[in-house]
Amino acid sequence: MATVDGQNRTFDRTWRYALLILGAVIFVGPLLFMVMSSLKPDPQLLADTESLRAFLPVGDISLSNYVAAFQRAPVATFIFNSVLVTGLTVILSLFICSMAAFSLVFMRWRGRDVILAVIIATLIVPFETIAIPMLIVVNNLPWIGPEGFSFGWLNSYRVQIVPFISDGLTIFLFVQFFKDLPRELIEASRVEGATWFQIYWRVVMPLSGPVVATAAILKFLYMYNQYLWPLMVTQAEGYRPVMVGLQYFFQLNTAWGELMAYLLVITVPVLLFYLVLQRAFISSIASTGVKG
Amino acid sequence: MERTVLTKIVDDFNASQSDWRVMIEQFPQAAYNDSVVAAALSGELPDILDVDGPIMPNWAWAGYLAPLTIDPDVLEGFLPGVIGTWNDKIYSVGFWDAALAMFARKSVLEANGIRVPTLDEPWTGEEFDEILVTLKDTGEYDYPLNIGMADKGEWYPYAFPPYLWSSGGDLVNRETYQTAEEALNSDAAIKWGEWWQSLFERDLVPGPSQRLADHQNGFAEGKYALNWTGNWLALSSLETYGDDLLFLPAPDFGEGGKIGAGSWQFAVSATSAHQDGANAFIEFALKDEYFAAFSDGIGPIPPTREAAAMSEYYAAGAPMEVFDELSERQGTLRPVTPGYVVQSLVFQKAIADIANGANVVTALDTAVDEINADIQNNAGYGHN
Amino acid sequence: MAVSGSRLLSSNRAGWTMAAPAFGLILLFIILPFTLAFGLSFTNQRLFSPNPTQWVGMANFDQLLGVSALTLEPERDDAGEIVRDDAGAPTYPRLRGYTRNNPDYPNLVGKQEWFSFQYGESRTYVLASDVVFMKALINTFIFVLVVAPLQGGIALLLALMVNQKLRGINVFRAVYFMPVVVSIVVVSLLWRFIYAGDNGLLNNVLGWVTFGAFQPVDWLGNPDTALPAIIAMSIWQAVGFHMVIWLAGLQTISPTLYEAANIEGATRFQAFRYVTWPGLRNTAVLVLIVITMQAFALFAQIDVMTKGGPLDSTQTMVFQAVERGYRKQDIAAGSVISVILFLIVLSISLIQRYLTREKT
Repeated sequence: MATVDGQNRTFDRTWRYALLILGAVIFVGPLLFMVMSSLKPDPQLLADTESLRAFLPVGDISLSNYVAAFQRAPVATFIFNSVLVTGLTVILSLFICSMAAFSLVFMRWRGRDVILAVIIATLIVPFETIAIPMLIVVNNLPWIGPEGFSFGWLNSYRVQIVPFISDGLTIFLFVQFFKDLPRELIEASRVEGATWFQIYWRVVMPLSGPVVATAAILKFLYMYNQYLWPLMVTQAEGYRPVMVGLQYFFQLNTAWGELMAYLLVITVPVLLFYLVLQRAFISSIASTGVKG
Repeated sequence: MERTVLTKIVDDFNASQSDWRVMIEQFPQAAYNDSVVAAALSGELPDILDVDGPIMPNWAWAGYLAPLTIDPDVLEGFLPGVIGTWNDKIYSVGFWDAALAMFARKSVLEANGIRVPTLDEPWTGEEFDEILVTLKDTGEYDYPLNIGMADKGEWYPYAFPPYLWSSGGDLVNRETYQTAEEALNSDAAIKWGEWWQSLFERDLVPGPSQRLADHQNGFAEGKYALNWTGNWLALSSLETYGDDLLFLPAPDFGEGGKIGAGSWQFAVSATSAHQDGANAFIEFALKDEYFAAFSDGIGPIPPTREAAAMSEYYAAGAPMEVFDELSERQGTLRPVTPGYVVQSLVFQKAIADIANGANVVTALDTAVDEINADIQNNAGYGHN
Repeated sequence: MAVSGSRLLSSNRAGWTMAAPAFGLILLFIILPFTLAFGLSFTNQRLFSPNPTQWVGMANFDQLLGVSALTLEPERDDAGEIVRDDAGAPTYPRLRGYTRNNPDYPNLVGKQEWFSFQYGESRTYVLASDVVFMKALINTFIFVLVVAPLQGGIALLLALMVNQKLRGINVFRAVYFMPVVVSIVVVSLLWRFIYAGDNGLLNNVLGWVTFGAFQPVDWLGNPDTALPAIIAMSIWQAVGFHMVIWLAGLQTISPTLYEAANIEGATRFQAFRYVTWPGLRNTAVLVLIVITMQAFALFAQIDVMTKGGPLDSTQTMVFQAVERGYRKQDIAAGSVISVILFLIVLSISLIQRYLTREKT
């Protein structure tokens, strides 16, 4: 019996790996095509899509598309802008949204329930549907800068950052997480005479590593991949982020090889960010996800 | 290339006087309209902007452009397609024009006993249809004709209305510009639409899901016998086929052969604080030598005879000379109305739907309704 | 000072102060623009126009949602016989005669056929003032109804697969998550090559796998396959994210429960049904809500891949909102769609919340 069982187990294991590998092929295939295409000159790239050569590094392979992509567009500027805008938004968002969630969960104040309900309701407004009114709003906002007082926020970093700092989903994630922290902790700190901000900063936030990672990744992906909004608000090249940079590759004739190279280059920062936070991310979901 | 020439003009201008300094700001073409619309809304338009000819009336009507104050005599002898006029005022002027032609190979026409058409005697609609069938029956081509369905976007309303115009239809009634009824859904237009649909049903042209690669290289690779495209591809086609290449006029479906006219043009924004300087720059730039430089650099048609004579490709005896005459004789402006922005999008959808097998009458009626509703919503678009 | 628990936690001033920055920003950048959109939907406001804005009441909503029915009798010849076409089906008068310039049918002006059905000899046509919007509405619902369960289900399957104790399982977890980090705009560009007709990558791969038996399909060019193709791609891109959420849920289920099930002699399916699934209930709610919200916002894939075609088979509400509001410069028309979408999603989430409420 034991041998049969052993065979069964080997058979079982083979099956499991076969399934896992099939899945991996499906998920990696298109990305592999992107990588290989970035190494090929356009005519070959297009011809290769007619066969499985598309997935192989064959033919005239070189890094010349990467060189050309950097010459065609100020790639470094775009990446810098994206990382700056995304980074600042993520940090500010984590701070402001978690503080609001703290207040909504642990403190009692008049109007709290209404505010929470309204914030949750904003979850269901897709950004694209309010893009134009938003344009009108930001265009009438005042700003005090080094040059003095002015109206209109177009062509700046702030127009890409400030509107996205606070959002329903991030607050919602923190609220769900905070609800399950032991209340005794908070009450004990209050009795000891700590201020609310001290409790938030010294007691609650140190416990919130997991949810911070989740919210950070979600926000990072959302901000880094923004497309419609920066297209509308950045007429000056110096403020453009990576997704608007895509347009530089669709002139009269699309430069496919360069485009693929550019796509790969701009994906690197996201990959790095994800790898850094991956561990915290999975464990964080473990604690937020279960409570729905 | 375009940028190189422009930079030179700007440098020359900045050096020629001390009142103004011009600087260049670049928008990627594909996103140009999306991006500039937002700039206009926020009053952040540059002093001088590059605007697509047929879009200009929309901007002028909305108050974003100021009429040009340059001396009209300067524009004497320019191709009509490069001067943008709205309500009797000149708002924009182009440094070049573009033209469409039927790219063909002499050897292919000869081998199939097809006559080479001329501007005086273009192919008739029926003749053209027979030619396509003849070429298809040879079995040597994937399709006898490439019309570039893969190139979605402004190509559709630029390249395809000429066939509609030549058949007696239009996007909108050009006498009043107040309705598309009996223009886009007249009997003539419906007849055109049915012929258009039959091109796809009979596999005479590749459909909307044509691969971009085939559109770009198919003619050179011999996949298509004819190529309906623009002068900007003339150079690369000449490299492939040399003397064998012909640039033929558009077929005549009854109202004469037509091609689209009017390309990108310069205009001055109404919010500009330096309109004098902007006009001074445009007037300064309107020189034959610059036109010729643009033409030599990126290949478009120079707007004057003199500039053409100085240019590398359009001078007498030069390979693309024929485009001058095509432009002059067949060039037709798209409807000059602020409503064109919507009309072109509506037309684009109708063309694609018809190609995909939609009922022709319904598609055209729907387009008419949408265009009319839009005109009404805009109180007639302020035509004088 | 006597301190009670609730006194300790109540603090109007501090509470407001800490919530104010976040709420203020939401007020300014979500609620205000949305309120503007709401107001604009009752006007004829244009993006670009020298004309004054006018209040038009519900006209925009009527134009968008107007539907009528028209029943037609088959055409008869002079002898009273039904005229039939070559295939033997009865023929009907052209709708055009009723919807255009026909003073007898003022309610049909500007309407077009949406769909029709046969009842006996007569044929009933359902006409809509805005067929494109109706199709967008239906497509959006199809997308949500297919994607929500399918993406959630596949994500759960993947999570179960990568939750096994096998060597190298971490590699698979990372690989399945990879598409998530790539922007959807980028993914859409990439998949245009995969879905290309004739010689596209997918057709090639399928032909190769079936030893040439597979007939190439023009995935994005055929009205029957375009929306499914976009659904498949969307799932491919996002499923890894939800897999991770499920995975986290799975890992919180206590192993002792499985041991108990094992001792009781439960089959694998029974273990899933009675141990795993109940433990995932809350995760399921979260996954379902997030997928539904994202699915309603379908836009980038459409904009990059099909622009709503072919034959309106991939029109969606958000795509139409942008197309009209921005590209056709008709803010009012775009705003109406935004408002309708908001009302639809709001009612759905209220229903969802009611159905998944915790029964006490």
